[in-house]
Amino acid sequence: MKLKAFFPFLIFCVISIALYVGLSLNPGEIPSEFIDDPIPEFSLPVVGGEEVGLTTADLKNEEGVVLVNFFASWCAPCYVEHPFLMELQKRGYKIYGVAYKDKAHATNRFLKEQGNPYFDTAADNDGRVAIEWGVYGFPETFIIKDGVIRHKHAGPIMEMQFEDEFMPILESISK
Amino acid sequence: MNKIMIVIFWLLMGTSAFAVGVDEKRLSDPAEEARAQEIMKQLRCLVCQNQSIVDSDAGLAKDIRIIVRERILAGDTDQQVLTFMTERYGDWVLLKPPFDGATIILWLSPLLLLGVGFIIIIRNQRNRKMATSAPLSDEEQKRIAQLLNENGDN
Repeated sequence: MKLKAFFPFLIFCVISIALYVGLSLNPGEIPSEFIDDPIPEFSLPVVGGEEVGLTTADLKNEEGVVLVNFFASWCAPCYVEHPFLMELQKRGYKIYGVAYKDKAHATNRFLKEQGNPYFDTAADNDGRVAIEWGVYGFPETFIIKDGVIRHKHAGPIMEMQFEDEFMPILESISK
Repeated sequence: MNKIMIVIFWLLMGTSAFAVGVDEKRLSDPAEEARAQEIMKQLRCLVCQNQSIVDSDAGLAKDIRIIVRERILAGDTDQQVLTFMTERYGDWVLLKPPFDGATIILWLSPLLLLGVGFIIIIRNQRNRKMATSAPLSDEEQKRIAQLLNENGDN
């Protein structure tokens, strides 16, 4: 009898907890399908040219960790992120840039004015390779080691995201 | 008056144009185009999130519409096109989530709630029946008689 009286309260507690957890999730975050998968097959031209700039093989042949950053000169959050990418380059990270649906002269001006943090930059002119990679927002950054995607972050990376999200993964894979 | 009628006429004419995005080339075979449209309705736009890619004007949605049509031209089945998308973006892109281990609670919870409701109704009914049909014990009868007597005395 006493237990029965508590039943509505228990239901209330269960619903509260479920709502608390459910509503604090970020619905905009789409988990990547590619974590711990090999990078998709692709081949991209250089910015403003026809020659091959970046391919799957280039990334597979890398020793150690590399970052791949999808960006565009028309993307406002990319400007926010840019100084931190410069900082990462200074710290010795090798970053590949993929300019998404961007005009070559705009990409070049962006990199000239904001600085070029990339080891190499390729152009995804029709946005197909971004879809192959499951990219949906810009900027997006992937952590790659031995040709395998270890992590991806949608949205700008700043000191905070890097410390909280990237560092634990970078530390665990460099062991 | 005549001018107003003309304005109303053109406003009415206009509405049909908003039905589907006409930004890219449709497939020449109407049956294939219908299939493509049906698939696109099931795919969630990754940018605007609560729209299908048919309804969305986002650049990425447009690119995916083009890909859907290409895959159909290449001879893919509907399922193969959907698989192509889920391989890249996960079940997340499907507006209707598949029935599997991760979503079983989602799909079965309405049935579960219905079942719980039935159990509550049945139990309540039984309790009520028991309450009305339980005969009074001897002691209770005695007490009633006593109370009635007391009343009679006053």
